[in-house]
Amino acid sequence: MDPTPITRLAGIDYAVMVVYFAVVLGIGFWLTRKMRTSSDFFLSGRSLPAWVTGLAFLSANLGAQEVIGMGASGAKYGIATSHFYWVGAIPAMVFVGLFMMPFYYGSRARSVPEYLKLRFDEKTRTFNAVSFAVMTVFSSGISMYAMGKLFHLLLGWSFDVSVLVSAVIVLGYVTLGGLTSAIYNEVLQFFLIVFGFAPLVFLGMQSVGGWSGLTARLATAATERSLPADAYTSAWRNMGDAAANPIGVEWFGLVAGLGFVLSFGYWCTDFLVVQRAMAADSMNAARRTPLIAAFPKMLFPFLVILPGMIALALTTGGGAGVIPAKLAADGAPLMDAAGRMVLDYDLATPMLLVKLFPAGMLGLGLTALLASFMAGMAGNVTAFNTVWTYDIYQSHIRPGASDQHYLNVGRVTTVGGVLLSIAAAYVAGSFNNIMDLLQLVFAFVNAPLFATFALGMFWKRTTGNGAFAGLVAGTLGAAVHHGLTLPRGAVAGVKGGYLGLVHTYPSELAQTFWTAIIAWSVCFAVTIVVSLFTRPRAEVELEGLVYSLTPKPVDERLGFLRRPVPLAVLILTLTVVLNFIFV
Amino acid sequence: MSDVTSLDIRVPIGGTFGVLGLMLAVYGAVARPQTSAGININLWWGIVMLVFGIALFAFGWSATRSRGP
Repeated sequence: MDPTPITRLAGIDYAVMVVYFAVVLGIGFWLTRKMRTSSDFFLSGRSLPAWVTGLAFLSANLGAQEVIGMGASGAKYGIATSHFYWVGAIPAMVFVGLFMMPFYYGSRARSVPEYLKLRFDEKTRTFNAVSFAVMTVFSSGISMYAMGKLFHLLLGWSFDVSVLVSAVIVLGYVTLGGLTSAIYNEVLQFFLIVFGFAPLVFLGMQSVGGWSGLTARLATAATERSLPADAYTSAWRNMGDAAANPIGVEWFGLVAGLGFVLSFGYWCTDFLVVQRAMAADSMNAARRTPLIAAFPKMLFPFLVILPGMIALALTTGGGAGVIPAKLAADGAPLMDAAGRMVLDYDLATPMLLVKLFPAGMLGLGLTALLASFMAGMAGNVTAFNTVWTYDIYQSHIRPGASDQHYLNVGRVTTVGGVLLSIAAAYVAGSFNNIMDLLQLVFAFVNAPLFATFALGMFWKRTTGNGAFAGLVAGTLGAAVHHGLTLPRGAVAGVKGGYLGLVHTYPSELAQTFWTAIIAWSVCFAVTIVVSLFTRPRAEVELEGLVYSLTPKPVDERLGFLRRPVPLAVLILTLTVVLNFIFV
Repeated sequence: MSDVTSLDIRVPIGGTFGVLGLMLAVYGAVARPQTSAGININLWWGIVMLVFGIALFAFGWSATRSRGP
């Protein structure tokens, strides 16, 4: 039997959604005429200005896991969630803009796997292309599943209908307008998220009595969970001891695991985001793309994490809270070992929207959520069709066909990618453990990647065999480490411990961060050793692909804010200031 | 390739926010839904969005015009 929906929408709410859908499809139709070559379709003809690719760089990652997940983490871990931004994303975005974009953009590679082909060899490229293609399909499927489930719960919409309708709309605008269409819609989505969530934070802060009210309420919540009173409202003070902070990680694991390996691995090598910068109209614009994205990114904790913290504050101290309890299979609230209700953190942000927004604004807030789900899906689909067409189809199945042929393959692949995502959404719904397992495998594949890229770009002696051996060894290293450890309180299985138990981590995140550190170190070491024993490529072949053999981009004659280096210094300074404010 | 950039993306986005802002502001002024904090958020936020939309539209439009023939 279906549960009764939590709220009902008024006509005005539907009207706001209809306007959004009309604009999204309108942009696709209007761009159709411009898609003449495969480069137009897959790379936007390398013609977009830096601010557009910058906002798209940010939005492509702003899918379901960001908006809902960061709210959930805000409720679970408090302000320390901002480490994902101020320790993780921002330094990595500065690095990719300053040091890696010259190779991605300058080498004229059309995708990240293609860069690996140019720098190393075909097998390294194929390994990366295949794992990336599978991963994008599953992440877009998980995104769709989360959306269907959420809108069913909130509004009583049918799961099948929401999945199908959103898939058809994404399919429509990507097939029609290619990457440009996806990027333009990501820019629209960026503004929708800002305008939909800023008033939520404003009203939320008012209802908890400002920052001091929030601190006081969260101090109660922290004490109830036997944590120091400032555990939810200070980002660094409790990081010395894994047991004293809600994340359950000590500072070294956080900085090395999250800050260095995971964030650099994601922002510097994931084609989903790098593709946006490759669409820029010049080298300078490509390098500024992640830097321009870093400014709003720095402030996003206030938009996406604060709602979760506010929801937790409003749930503390008895009464009907904002965050509902997780339900057991029999419908009764789930209790933990200490007899406290287990909260369904994923609902923190959506429930706060429903509670604080009247009709009209609720439509806007939900449209912002829908936009983030759909843009996340579109981002995955555009990255998938490029990698499939260039790195798998063109290089293995049918090389040397006409450009028109690859453009058509790209369009057909979009349909295929969306259909596979829908299938993945239903897999996610029926076998939750299989999805957990898949995500785990991808984490193993991704964690060592940054070592491969760093060595490939900055050490000309790195060989293709070294890179491939390093990637495989790093993935195995991650699996072995994961198989020998467990987070506290978990049983052997998908959470680890399947090879025996050597160490227990205080939390799941601590285990994830250390798995990443191990994977990276193994890949780094094995790549160096194998490279020293194999023959390097001639230096002439590596021009434009390796740091020491590439002319440095010159931009001294440009205005101050058009130069990447001053921008980067400004970004890093502001990030340090933010860390100090919320220390 | 040049006509991929010929319509500035600020024009449709500005237009969208103008329309949405107007809808919310009019709805706020007519239906007067109140929040728990006692603010007519539809009206005020609608006006903010309308102003933002018009500004973005205007910038985009003038950029498109100056780039044209």
